[in-house]
Amino acid sequence: MARDAAMRRRSFFARLGALLGAAAIPARAQIRFQPPQDITPFIMEITKGITPEKSGVEVELPVLVENGNTVPLRVRVASPMTEADHVKAIHVFAERNPRPRVASFFLGPQCGKAEVSARVRLAGTQTVTVLAELSGNRFRVGPRDVLVTSGACLDDASL
Amino acid sequence: MILGKIQVPATVKAGEAFEVRVLVQHPMETGFRRDLDGHAIPMHIVDKLSCTFAGREVFRAELGSGMSANPYIAFFATASRSGEIVVEWSDDQGDKGSARATVNVA
Repeated sequence: MARDAAMRRRSFFARLGALLGAAAIPARAQIRFQPPQDITPFIMEITKGITPEKSGVEVELPVLVENGNTVPLRVRVASPMTEADHVKAIHVFAERNPRPRVASFFLGPQCGKAEVSARVRLAGTQTVTVLAELSGNRFRVGPRDVLVTSGACLDDASL
Repeated sequence: MILGKIQVPATVKAGEAFEVRVLVQHPMETGFRRDLDGHAIPMHIVDKLSCTFAGREVFRAELGSGMSANPYIAFFATASRSGEIVVEWSDDQGDKGSARATVNVA
């Protein structure tokens, strides 16, 4: 009798394992549903071929996002914001969104501080890239990984 | 008419950056959703926002469908004298809205 129970428990765990294995598939299917796009063409369109520096852009995003529909985003660019040296624009790209160009913010020395915050939509776990356009034709990028458990725009009308 | 709000500090110091917070009431339809009958809901978003202080442009934004519903945007501005800060926005259907606040330089 006791042995019977042990056997049933074993087969239960075996079935549970199989079930969990099957549950891992939809996550893969989700990646296929909205694959990450190469955002280099978007960046090149703005930089006109100049390779951006990979420093000086601080992107503040939650490490784990439970709802991709409203994700707080804050971008800080280290800049004195003077007439000679200032941030002209901040562009936000999300590689797995159906439209990767999330927003562009245009600033100037009159802003006093190169810092912008907004609420964005993220379609899934991905890398958010922020491109800062500085005076004197200089560019900086700040990529930031973010884990999204429930993405925005899952009921895709184009499917 | 698209409603929205602007918030600035009660008093600011001359030449010092202060945060301007803007909240616009808008559904920001992405165009990727379907209604209950299965018809695609057309895209409807606020795509342009600009801010002027004493008639001079301070900040401008071009928004996409990746912005959340009821878009919130915060940025910084400086003022040397008291004046009125105006934020204007418009959506892709030509609807417009604005909000204004007085900046007091102490």
